[in-house]
Order: sequence, then structure tokens, then C-alpha cells
Amino acid sequence: MTAETFGSTGQAKGILGRIGYWLSVGLTYGLAALWAVPVIWAFVASLRPPDDPMGRGDVWLSFPLTLENYQKAWSLAPFNLYYVTTIAVVVTVLAVQFVTITLAAFAFAHYRFAGKRWLFFFILLQLMIPTTALLAPNFSTIRTLGLFDTRLAIAIPYFGSAFGTFLMRQAFLEVPRDLVDAGIIDGCNWWQLLRHIYLPPSMPTLTAFALSSASWHWNEFLWPMIVTNSETSRPLTAGLVRFTQLGEIGARWSLLTAATLMVAAPLFLVFLVLPRRFIRSFLHSGIK
Amino acid sequence: MSIRTSHRMPGFSPLPYLLILPTAFFVALFTAWPTVLSLYQSFFRQRLNIARFREPTFVGLDNYITLLTDERFLMVMYNTVLYVVGTVPISIGLGFIFAMLLNRKFPGIGLARLAFFYPTVLPMVSAATIWMFFFTPDYGLFNTALTAIGYHGPQNWTANPNLALIAVMIVAIWKNAGYYMIFYLAGLQALPSDVFEAAALDGANWWQIMTNITFPLLRRTTLFITTIAVIGAFQTVDHIFVLTDGGPSRASTVLLFELYRRRFESYDIGMSATVTVILIAVLLIFTVTNFMLSERRGE
Repeated sequence: MTAETFGSTGQAKGILGRIGYWLSVGLTYGLAALWAVPVIWAFVASLRPPDDPMGRGDVWLSFPLTLENYQKAWSLAPFNLYYVTTIAVVVTVLAVQFVTITLAAFAFAHYRFAGKRWLFFFILLQLMIPTTALLAPNFSTIRTLGLFDTRLAIAIPYFGSAFGTFLMRQAFLEVPRDLVDAGIIDGCNWWQLLRHIYLPPSMPTLTAFALSSASWHWNEFLWPMIVTNSETSRPLTAGLVRFTQLGEIGARWSLLTAATLMVAAPLFLVFLVLPRRFIRSFLHSGIK
Repeated sequence: MSIRTSHRMPGFSPLPYLLILPTAFFVALFTAWPTVLSLYQSFFRQRLNIARFREPTFVGLDNYITLLTDERFLMVMYNTVLYVVGTVPISIGLGFIFAMLLNRKFPGIGLARLAFFYPTVLPMVSAATIWMFFFTPDYGLFNTALTAIGYHGPQNWTANPNLALIAVMIVAIWKNAGYYMIFYLAGLQALPSDVFEAAALDGANWWQIMTNITFPLLRRTTLFITTIAVIGAFQTVDHIFVLTDGGPSRASTVLLFELYRRRFESYDIGMSATVTVILIAVLLIFTVTNFMLSERRGE
């Protein structure tokens, strides 16, 4: 996967080049280690005995190693509810977005109709004015709709996605014209065209969008925190922040790190299993 | 024209409009309407927690004048500029360096890429919680490391008015560099290798290759990353909630955080609408300028 644009010039220069090469590799190792410290520390610290306070020079391992912190964090706050909420929100957003962006993108890619450009521009407004900036008026809307403190309130502002529509439209436009014409001659109706001709070659784009959308909504904090007020509708991120503010937590870092890792773990595991796909999907989705 | 076109225009068909309707509906409800509403409300005084101001009163441009002459709000604007100018170039620069370092073969490259990229996948609140420990005075790792290299300044970064904003900026830089790296990696790998071979044959040194070939060829990538980085910087305040709560005394409050405060702590509808309009205006000005720049200089 590497186009060795620089490695090759380095090798061409003999000993000096070789030294430079290994120096820069050493630098890479150093920087990578530095970048990894937070997660490594968090993992190690979460395995310390819960009642063993940290002190200067004693912040890493402490024996005996234990999973007690995870149990304890789980019993101090309803993380099981937080999990259900986060998963429900992510699944709902993805399912609805799949329908809305596919239909809209199909219309923009396949049909010609009056006001098409204007409508497309209207939807792209969402890219120019990020939903996050509109949290104050959107909060009023959620109140008016009677959705305050529900899981739906967290998900609903993202049911339409300008970026998803844009991405899928691009993918649909790349479907060969001959294929579409053949489908039309065979008498496909619009649904069959979409289902059998446009969608199959566009699946990679859709998965890429889904992965980045899922991780964005898994990690979102501010909006869910604003529109929820009870344990049954609070997602993991908002639950974690509440957890850190609980009186009995204080500076018990091993408990905090256990909670922190529980929040990040599922997404993280998916990422570890599919790193390339993940990176590609983030590459696709520069804008949410 | 082809069959495809003739198929599409058998006279008026409501189908395309129906297909777009769901998306257009949600964009209207959660993007267009709130924008208009904010603009409207910004001309009114309305505070929900003060009985005599509960009903909106038209005040013209008063909200804007009050805000833009309020020293505390100007400080928030200043913090925002500082935050954007301080985090965006550094994290992009680091992203570029990481990409350069990873753009070759060496043992352990997969792990190194993982180490740089994983903060992107981590929720910001998790990242900030871990960093909360790093900034802990006395035994926090950040302070321990600083002391080891001879730093003897104040240790309580998140509670120090001069350091709180820098603390949240450090977390943002650490978290975002790996994200920008992947765009540069993709950009570097798409560069034509024959240009570099020709330059090497001509005896160009590393620095000449960088400044004359690599940088110019990656200009569009850089412009794109800058756009998403700046827009992202205006939108992220999660770490501020965890680390400093905007303090001490607004020292680490940026525009979006101020907006949250005005709306959900002061219950000030008029002022929060005004801050919303200012935030949107700043973002739009940036996006449009950027777009025009890229169009003018584009090939």
C-alpha cells in the first residue's frame, strides 16, 4: 500500500541514507509510543485494586490485578441502560438515514425535475450550518414536539443527512449508464432500478458512510446531554460525564478509567477488527 | 438524448419530490427553521427565568450591541480565535509529519498507524477524562513528564486562568492529529512517483523535494483538511465540559460553550439566539471565503 516515494531515495544514498532512514523510524516509534500513552495508562490503571490510591511515581501497575473496577463502576451507575440507549440511538439513526439518503440521492442522480438544483442546495445547507450550532433553537423544537428526555430526541435531528445524500448521489452517478438503460428496457420500475441497479455497486460507499456516522453518534455528547434528563434516556457519553461528577468517585482514577474504557470499548473493538475499513470510512467522510 | 432522459420526463411526475421529501423535511425542521428562528429571536429580549422578561420584547439590534461591547463576550471571541489558531495548524502539521513518517515500509508500521489514529475513534469525553488525570497536579503524568524536562511552573493546568485554554487545546491537538494524518497519507500515496524519481536523479535534496514538489502537490489536501479542522474546532466543546467547565472565570470558554451557557444556565433566549447567529455567521464567512479561495486558485 505504500508508494515508496521517500524510502527509495533514502536507500539510494548508501550508509548515510540508511542512518537517516533508521533515525526517522526511531522517531516514528517514539512519537507513536507517546501518542499511545493515554490509552495504555488507562488500561493499566483500570486493573489496579479500587482502593489503592495513586501517588507520585505510583500511577501504573499495582498488584493484585483485578477487574473489580469494572464491576464497581457498573454498580455505581446504570451503564447497562446507557449501553441500550447508545445502541438504540445509533441503530435508529443509521436505519432512518439509510432510507432517507438512498431515496433522496436516487432522485438527484436519476431524475430531471424542476427546482432540482435549488432543492439540492437547500439540503446542502446542513453542511454549511452544522446542527451543533443550532442546539438552542432545536432544543425548543424538541420541547414543542414533546420529545424532551427521550431517545428519539437524541436521534431525530440527524434523520436527514446532507452529507450522506451527497455521498450516495456521487456513488449513484458512477453507475454505468448502459446498465441503467438496460434496466429501463427490461421494464424495471423505479424501485427495481434502485434496488437492483443503483444500490449494489454503491454498497462500499454506504458502508463507509454508515461506519463514520455510527462512530460519530456513538461518541456524541453535547446534544444528548442537553435533551436528556434521566437514566433511561441517557447515552454512554453523557452517563460517563455524570459518573465523573459523582461525589463518591473523587479522584479514584482506577474507577474512572474503567468507566472510560467501557464507554469506548465497543467502537474500539470494531476498529481493531476492521482498522482499514474504518480508516477508509473516515477518509470518505471528511464532513459528517 | 438517451433513453434515461426520455424516461424521466413523461410530463410532470411527483415521484422525485416524494423521494426527496423525507430528507428535505428533516433539513427544514432542524436546519432551516432553527436558523430563521434564531435570527428572529435575536431581535428580542426574552429571559425565561426572570418573570418580567419572560414574554419577548422587540429590542432591534440591542442584543448585538450589548454582546459586541461586552468585555466578557469579547474575551470569549478572543479565546475562540486563540483556540482555532492554536489547534488547527499544529494538529494539521503533526498530521503531515505522521503521514510522512508512515509513508514508507518499516517493521511495526501497522502499530504506529494504530497509535496515531486511535484517538479519532475514542469519544472526546473519554479522551478528556483520561487527560484529566494527566493534568492532575503532583502525580499526573503530564506534570511528571514536564518536571522531568525541567519545568517548574504551575501544575494545576485546568484551574489556572493562563493555562486552562492551553490544556483543552492540547487534548484537541492530540485527538485530531491522527485524523488529519489519514488524509495526508492518502494524498501522499496518490502522488506520481516518477516526479520524485526525476527530482532525485537531478540531485534535489530532501528539503527541495518537500518545498518544490510535495507541498504544492498536496495543496488541495491541505485546504480540505483546514476546512474540516476549522469547522470541527468551532463545534467541539466536550473536553471543555469535562476538564474546565469553561473556567476559571471564562478563561477557557469558547463561542459554542458560551452559547450553551446563555441558553441553559441563564435561560436567555434572546442572547443565545444572538450568539447562535454570530456563530453561524462566522462559520459561513469562513466556508464561503475558503470556497472562493479554492475556486480562484484551483486548476
